Amino acid sequence: MSVAGINVLVEETREAQRRAAEPLLDVSGVSAFYGSVAALREVDLSVRAGEIVTLIGANGAGKSTLMMTIFGTPQARSGRITFEGRDITRMPTHEIARLGLAQSPEGRRVFPRMSVQENLQMGAALHGGRHFGEDLETVCALFPRLKERLGQRAGTMSGGEQQMLAIARALMSRPRLLLLDEPSLGLAPLVVKGIFSAIRELNRAQGMTIFLVEQNAYHALKLAHRGYVLVNGRITMSGEARALLDDPAVKAAYLEGGAGGHAVSTGEEAS
Amino acid sequence: MDVFVQQLINGLTLGSIYGLIAIGYTMVFGIIGMVNFAHGDVFMVSSFVALILFLLVTTWLGVSSIALALLFVLVATMLLTALWGYAIERVAYRPLRGSFRLAPLISAIGVSIFLANFVQVAQGARNKPTPPMLGGAFTLFERDGYAVSLSYKQCAIMLVTAVLLAGFWYLVQKTSFGRAQRACEQDRRMAALLGIDVDRTISLTFVLGAALAAVAGVLYLVYYGVVSFSDGFVPGVKAFTAAVLGGIGSLPGAVLGGLIIGLVETFWSAYFSIEYKDVAAFSILAIVLIFMPSGLLGRAEVEKV
Repeated sequence: MSVAGINVLVEETREAQRRAAEPLLDVSGVSAFYGSVAALREVDLSVRAGEIVTLIGANGAGKSTLMMTIFGTPQARSGRITFEGRDITRMPTHEIARLGLAQSPEGRRVFPRMSVQENLQMGAALHGGRHFGEDLETVCALFPRLKERLGQRAGTMSGGEQQMLAIARALMSRPRLLLLDEPSLGLAPLVVKGIFSAIRELNRAQGMTIFLVEQNAYHALKLAHRGYVLVNGRITMSGEARALLDDPAVKAAYLEGGAGGHAVSTGEEAS
Repeated sequence: MDVFVQQLINGLTLGSIYGLIAIGYTMVFGIIGMVNFAHGDVFMVSSFVALILFLLVTTWLGVSSIALALLFVLVATMLLTALWGYAIERVAYRPLRGSFRLAPLISAIGVSIFLANFVQVAQGARNKPTPPMLGGAFTLFERDGYAVSLSYKQCAIMLVTAVLLAGFWYLVQKTSFGRAQRACEQDRRMAALLGIDVDRTISLTFVLGAALAAVAGVLYLVYYGVVSFSDGFVPGVKAFTAAVLGGIGSLPGAVLGGLIIGLVETFWSAYFSIEYKDVAAFSILAIVLIFMPSGLLGRAEVEKV
């Protein structure tokens, strides 16, 4: 093998090492605005391959805005977002999706006048339906309920079923990072339990990297490896999920039925 | 009875043309919530394109088979008009996306005026006749000296409309483009999150709408044998009425609305007075909207925009 060849090999190995060390998703110093109202202020966070990371916070703290900003609308006014080392801060939404990020957004947003199967086909759209059959099997194994309902119009399903569909649809694109925005919102406790165990299963069995945004802090921290707390658009705390669960400030604000306003003040003090 | 059947045939023919134009209105409204007021003029432009192509093919190239010439004209007009549709969207509507809601509407009215005046200047203000084509008719039955006939033209119009609508239906319901189109219509933001290029889908919607308007333009030219620069307006408004009548945003609704408007107009002219045929057509719209505000096949709930 020539010297040049060896050099290329060394370069490639270094590149691979660098990638492995690098977080899958990295958000640094990101601020975003709705008009002149700041929704995110200098947010820093990262998600490494194989992790479940959760972002908890009260209603209106900016959690969903961050999810949307990662996907390019609204675009970050300052800061930088990278995915697998690639700068995606100014990319159009659909191109970001094509890089291997998928989202189950707030409010689920299934296509109401399409069948379950068509919704799943939309999830697989960026592969042009290549391994559709195979992936359909996989998501139906995860959510057996969907299998019975492939022909049903998504808009006529229950909230829990729609949530399953939204997650399944996101999985159909074979993402390397799955973003879940409030999958427990408005669902009965038993349904929430089922969905959270499916998320755990995804991470354990398939090694799926998951970024989970939740208001249901207790469940989210139980599930996640690491967590961040967002208050008024600012990250006020971060660390191991277990440590956050035991943190008195987090406990008082999010785990013992603290009201939204109370949560905000406690969070600020903790920072 | 004889007169009734004859008028039924005439009405369905006219309704086919309205239906084809109405689909363009309803699709564009469905996906970006805008009434494309220039659509009627796109239809008119396509009629001129068809006339020019027809003369080119028959006189210069000397194609003697009218059917063959028309088939070529149909395909070429669809392509060229689709290009117009694409260009109009790029130039006049896309830069205004995200602007206030009335901006693209005003832009559409501007495009409409531009197209009509452009054709008037480029082609002259007088009516342009076509050489006679597809003359002759099948006589269906004859009674008391009154022959009910189905002309070759009417036959061709209904046949072409039926075939193209079937193809179009397949495209929207069964193909991945159609799925993406419907997804964008239901939730554009979500479609983008799934990797769909929404701008491209919107462009293609305009292209499809213009191509169907072009079919209508060719058929209109064949049927009436004459076209003028001002012919975009009235058929355009009628087709828009058809789209609203059927429930704007609904594809079967647009076709149904077109057929109803065509039938009402024809029957009114035959049994009552031809001067009031437009009044009759628009009255039907008013009456239906009073009792069914979202149109015949429209969705009851209004999607949040």
